[in-house]
Order: sequence, then structure tokens, then C-alpha cells
Amino acid sequence: METVTPQHFLVLSFLLFAVGFLGVVIRRNLLLVLMSLELMLNGVNVALVSFSRTSLNLDGSLFVFFIMTVAATEVAVGLALLVALYKKRQSVFSEDISLLKN
Amino acid sequence: MIMSRHPVPAALFMIISLVSVAALFVLLEAFFLAILQVLVYAGAVMVLFLFIIMLLDVGPDGGKVSRIKVISGLAGCLSFGILVVLLLQFSGIGSAESGSWQEIQTTEQVNGDSLLFSTSLKNFGYGLFTKYMLPIQVAGFLLLAAMVGVIVLSKKSLTSGGTE
Repeated sequence: METVTPQHFLVLSFLLFAVGFLGVVIRRNLLLVLMSLELMLNGVNVALVSFSRTSLNLDGSLFVFFIMTVAATEVAVGLALLVALYKKRQSVFSEDISLLKN
Repeated sequence: MIMSRHPVPAALFMIISLVSVAALFVLLEAFFLAILQVLVYAGAVMVLFLFIIMLLDVGPDGGKVSRIKVISGLAGCLSFGILVVLLLQFSGIGSAESGSWQEIQTTEQVNGDSLLFSTSLKNFGYGLFTKYMLPIQVAGFLLLAAMVGVIVLSKKSLTSGGTE
């Protein structure tokens, strides 16, 4: 019977981070890019909690708490910026937001 | 999630993955963080996302295939493949010595300098208000600054939209 080891959690956190990174790279909708950033932060959170549990040290979990705080503020500010940008340029696609090109 | 072009299905898939991460936190016996994950992420953040999606009425990613998109997609797939190969090569998953879980002690909160992992909320609060006193103040100030910033941003865009 195979049990779940810490390495499985690390592999999963790596996969979450990789999927989020891929989303940041290939998506052009800035909303989806922000969501993929959230996914990357979640991958890091899984790794931190897994390390915290294996070494029986609470510091990792506390850091996850702070990362969640920062992620929530980042989403709020990012979405406000996005709405302001949409009102100015009528688009949320990253290729339309080039001030220097045209 | 990243494969769907429409923002709304992507957001719903995102909620599923966030709740699954909360379930993983339960498996890791970090119950408080699981609750926090569901409340903050699946509750507040994703509701904000869905609200903005509905507000802006965003359609799917258009059919215009730009050269940059093709190149970045290829680069993303390539780097992802390289990372997966390196991971499988060096991790040694499934070997017998790949780690095990230790029992959680419940009797004391600190062991020397380090805070002990625990399922109880008491240790969490103890750690937050002793060792991480300054970071929690900074986090509170960050929340305040973000709130003021968001209000200023939306107010400014509102007035400029009104004058135009």
C-alpha cells in the first residue's frame, strides 16, 4: 500500500506553480493572467505547508498566512487598476496596452 | 483552467482548484489554513474576480493569432517539459526513504527557538503575536494602504469618466 509522502505534495505544488506560470505566459486576457498569478502563489503555499508539517515547525504556516494577505491585497489593487485601464482603453487584452508602439 | 478561453469557466475551474488546495491543507493537518483558504480565496478573491468579469463583460480571447503568442506558447511548453524531465530525474519519487510523517505533539508550543507545528489555533496566534509581531503590523498596514489605493484608483477613474 503506497502512502502519500511529502514528495507527492512537493510535486503537486510544483505542478500548480508550472500551470500558473504557463497561464501567465500564454494568456492575453489580463484577468486570466491575474488568476494564474494566484495559482502560482497557491503552489508555493502548498509547498510551504508541506515543509512546515514535515519539519514540525510553525513558521511555514505563518508565512502562508502572510502570503494569503499579500495575495488578497494584490488582487484587489490589480483589479482596480484593470478597471481603470478598461475605462481608458476599452480592452483587457495585453497586446492592446502598448503605449509606446502606436 | 488556463486552457479555457472564456474567463467565466476559467474562474469556476479556479475555484475548484482552490478548494482542492484547501482539501490538501486538511490532509496536511493545517485546518486553520484550510478554512482561511476557502474563506479568503474561494470566497472573497474569486467573487471579486467574477464580479469584475461580469462588470467588464469580457469575451473570449480573440482569434487573432499573433506571432508573439505562438512564440511564448512554444517557450512555455518547452520550459515546462524541461522542468518536468528534471523533476522526474532528480526527485526519486516512490523510493522507500522518500520521507514520512511525524506525529504532532500537542503538549507545548515552543521548542527552544522554533515554534512547533500544531493543529490548534492557540499556537498559531501565539506565533503571530510573539515572533511575527512586526510582520503582522506590516500586513495590517499593507491592507490599509491597499484599501486607500483601491478607493483612490476607482474614484479617479470615475471622475475622469464623468468629465469626458
